[in-house]
Amino acid sequence: MRNILRHILMVGLTTILGAGILWAGGPAERQEQTHGYGLGRLATDQEVRVWNIDVAPTGEGLPTGQGTAKQGAALFAARCATCHGPTGKEGPMDRLIGGAGTLASQHPIKTVGSYWPYATTLYDYVHRAMPFPAPQSLSPDEVYSVVAWLLYQNGIIAEDTVLDAHSLPGISMPNRRGFLPDPRPDVPKP
Amino acid sequence: MTKHLQEEGPSGGDGRPDAEDESLLNRRSLLAGTAGLVSAMLMGSMTPAAEAATENSPEDPTRVPGATPTAYGQRSAFEKAVRIPRSWWSSLTPLQDSHGILTPSSLHFERHHNGVPTIHPTQHRLLIHGMVDQPWTFAMEDLKRFPSVSRLAFIECSGNSAAEWRGPTGQTAQQTHGLTSTSEWTGVALKTVLQEVGMNPEASWMLAEGGDAAAMTRSLPLASILEEAILCYAQNGEPLRPEQGYPLRLLIPGWEGNTCIKWLRRLKLGKAPFMTREETSQYTDLMPDGTARQFTMVMEAKSVITSPSGGQHIQPGFLEIRGLAWSGRGRIASVEVSTDGGRSWRQAALQEPILPKCHTRFHLSWRWNGEDVILQSRCLDDTGYRQPDRTALVAVRGVNSVYHYNAIQSWHIAADGKVSNVHA
Ligand code: HEC
Repeated sequence: MRNILRHILMVGLTTILGAGILWAGGPAERQEQTHGYGLGRLATDQEVRVWNIDVAPTGEGLPTGQGTAKQGAALFAARCATCHGPTGKEGPMDRLIGGAGTLASQHPIKTVGSYWPYATTLYDYVHRAMPFPAPQSLSPDEVYSVVAWLLYQNGIIAEDTVLDAHSLPGISMPNRRGFLPDPRPDVPKP
Repeated sequence: MTKHLQEEGPSGGDGRPDAEDESLLNRRSLLAGTAGLVSAMLMGSMTPAAEAATENSPEDPTRVPGATPTAYGQRSAFEKAVRIPRSWWSSLTPLQDSHGILTPSSLHFERHHNGVPTIHPTQHRLLIHGMVDQPWTFAMEDLKRFPSVSRLAFIECSGNSAAEWRGPTGQTAQQTHGLTSTSEWTGVALKTVLQEVGMNPEASWMLAEGGDAAAMTRSLPLASILEEAILCYAQNGEPLRPEQGYPLRLLIPGWEGNTCIKWLRRLKLGKAPFMTREETSQYTDLMPDGTARQFTMVMEAKSVITSPSGGQHIQPGFLEIRGLAWSGRGRIASVEVSTDGGRSWRQAALQEPILPKCHTRFHLSWRWNGEDVILQSRCLDDTGYRQPDRTALVAVRGVNSVYHYNAIQSWHIAADGKVSNVHA
């Protein structure tokens, strides 16, 4: 029984391989070979554009637009302060400002300023997930502005620094070198 | 229907039907049955069988017709084990009430970053783009047509037991260890789908993004996940629960739960990690020297005694010590139990099935003589990794790393039989 099955499989496989060779050179070659099960379809440019919201440390993915801390202050007060505090330090949700020099202490304070390695991540995250009750509702100018305000309050940029797709990736974050790869297993055996 | 029967039928309350009433019983139950069926047909659903048992159960169930079939079953109304929801972001599995290794889908722990979205299955799409031949999109029906794969696997939140770093905090096994669950996961192998879209062999990282209000995002090293990752549409034989990512989630067996992106809508292939907030600010492990470990994906071996465990009271005499052990690196090779705070250890029996990257049940027969004792369990996986004690773990990692706490758990049994969480 097994042998018969194997035989059928082999014959089937040869047929498929043979067909593959026949396709080669034909206009449909690429399509047929990479999409072997023929499932799914080509995504449209529009479909990719609306979901392709990630921003890489290189700045890839940053939209056109700009903003400064001055412009971001009012937005933070109106749209963020209820959860993160008037100065970004009081909570009740994640503290965003301060904490410099505390990471190696008994009570580390992890914030955008003390802990985050990339400024681009801040753009990505604020746009994708904040404000919490209305994610993805801010325009690029608004995101650049509030990001500028957070970086300014953390002493990383000046109040009038203009953030845009060009300047944001160049900002060096204090804890940029603070991350190391996973060394586990790390606990010595008894 | 059954409710009706019990309220009005001759066996209602705790009275037994007496002989005189026999004909009445038959007539009434028949009537009740008919009425029930009719109303069920009208309502398009059956009364859950269990509901009737909440207030009353017949003294002798052999003398009362039981409930009729139901469209979607429920557990017995007498069973009360529930998740504990914590704030808006998580709920905990009641490990102390579990048997075997599978977690009922209704009790699988939850962790989400901005609520559980409602996603229409026919509208959901998976987009794959970046370093592939062409950007490609799949409907759920497409994904279900691929050759399917299925396996059992635990998923554990990397923050499971996080409160224990600083001191004994959780009162019960559910509170200390409830962010882990095991299910059967069914779907299509990630590899199959990436081959279908023509993955560029130079691609080394994959961004996975959820379709929830957090658009939860993680970067995953392709070489490490390609053999085992599954795009899952089913859990324990039925479509995923909404809390578990309905209609589609990623499963990376053995890796921290947040990498198994739920409500999966997008995969983007690239050459470097995308450095999302969830792998920089969150889910990185701060060490005592102020540096942080990044991409700490695997969940190392861990075990917990679930019975007796915190919050329970035990009686002197025989009892079976029971618990769960699991390792993100592979199979559990052995579990040892101590009844004297770690001075001596005895081999526990492992209960079949013993599967890689799954909860594994252990037990040990024991007689409690009423003394003040400390129970512990420690496991070894098939890579030779042994679950550390608390002192050794804290010596390396300090107490501020939040994630990946897998130290030996100690339960103190006081002379009055009360079990509580201690650090021994
Ligand atoms: C309704 C409350 C709420 C509002 C309003 C809000 N946030 Fe948040 N924010 C949160 C919560 C909750 C989290 C944590 C989310 C998580 O962990 O998944 C968070 C996290 C963050 C973080 C990440 C913190 C870290 O260190 O990881 C940033 C940055 C942030 N918010 C910025 C903003 C900005 C900017 C605004 C205004 C545009 C805003 N938030 C408005 C609730 C809010």
